[in-house]
Amino acid sequence: MSLQRFQAFVGVESAPVKNEVEKGAIRKFADAIGDPNPLYRDEEYAKTTRYGRIIAPPTFSRTFDYGEIPGLELKREGLIHGEQQFEYFRPIFAGDVLYCSTKLADVYEKEGKLGRMTFLVYEQKGVDEAGETVFIARSNVIYRG
Amino acid sequence: MAGRQFQPGDVIGPLVKPPVTKTQLVMYSGASGDFNPIHTVDEYAKEAGLGGVIAHGMLTMAFVGQMLTDTIGLEGDLRKFGVRFTGMVRPGDVITCEGQVTETRKDGEQQIVSCEIWASTQKGDKVVIGQAEFAVPIV
Repeated sequence: MSLQRFQAFVGVESAPVKNEVEKGAIRKFADAIGDPNPLYRDEEYAKTTRYGRIIAPPTFSRTFDYGEIPGLELKREGLIHGEQQFEYFRPIFAGDVLYCSTKLADVYEKEGKLGRMTFLVYEQKGVDEAGETVFIARSNVIYRG
Repeated sequence: MAGRQFQPGDVIGPLVKPPVTKTQLVMYSGASGDFNPIHTVDEYAKEAGLGGVIAHGMLTMAFVGQMLTDTIGLEGDLRKFGVRFTGMVRPGDVITCEGQVTETRKDGEQQIVSCEIWASTQKGDKVVIGQAEFAVPIV
C-alpha cells in the first residue's frame, strides 16, 4: 500500500470499543510475563494496599480491543513493532469498564537497510465510564507491505 | 522498597528473568491476543526469514515494566513508559532489565524521577531501549 493511500487515514479514529477488565485476564497476563506481584492476582492482598483492588501491569492495555480504523486494511504479518509508549493517568483496576479507540496519528517513509519502509504511528486511548482518560499509548509500526 | 528516594545516577534493577521459553510465548500470545505466528510457529517464522520463533517485543517490554513497578513500590506511580525495540529475543534467551536515573525533581509531596531503561540478552545485545518517568512520595 502506498504512502498516499495511508495518508488518507491519518486522523481517522475507530469507534470506541467497550472493554471490561477481568481479574482472570490480569492474572493470566501476569503469569505469562512471569511477574509474581500479588497486586495482580490476590484480592485480599490488594485490599491492604492503597489501591484496594487488583490492578493491571503497565503493559496490560495492549490486550484491549481498540476497534478497527474504518477502511484501513493491513495484513498483520507484514508489521514490525518499532516503538511503544504509554502515558498513565491512573492505574487500570480489575472491574474497570474502559472505552478504547485507536487512530492513525502519522505515517511517513524512510530509507532503511531493507529499502524504503513505511512507518505507521498509532495513538490509542482508554477512557473510563466517568469520561476520564486512563491511559494514552503510541505504537510505531513498520509496514513491509 | 517503600519510601525509597532517588538521585541522578542511581541504578535501577537489575531484574534477571528466567530464560524465555516457547511455552511462555504461547502463554503470552493467549494472554495478549497477539497471535502472529512468528511468535509461536517455527516453520512460519523460518519461512518469514527469522530462523525460528521470536518473542513478542511487548513481552520484553513487560519484563522492563516489572523492573519499574518493583522499583517504584506500592506508594509510587508509573507515569510514562516508552521503548524502542532494537533486537530480537528468542527462546532460551535470558533477559536482564536495567536502568539509571537521569533526573529528579520535586512536585509538591512527590519526587518525580526520570530514568533510562534497557533490556539485554545474555550476549549483551540490547533488545529494548527507552525512558520512564515515575512519581514517589517524599518521605
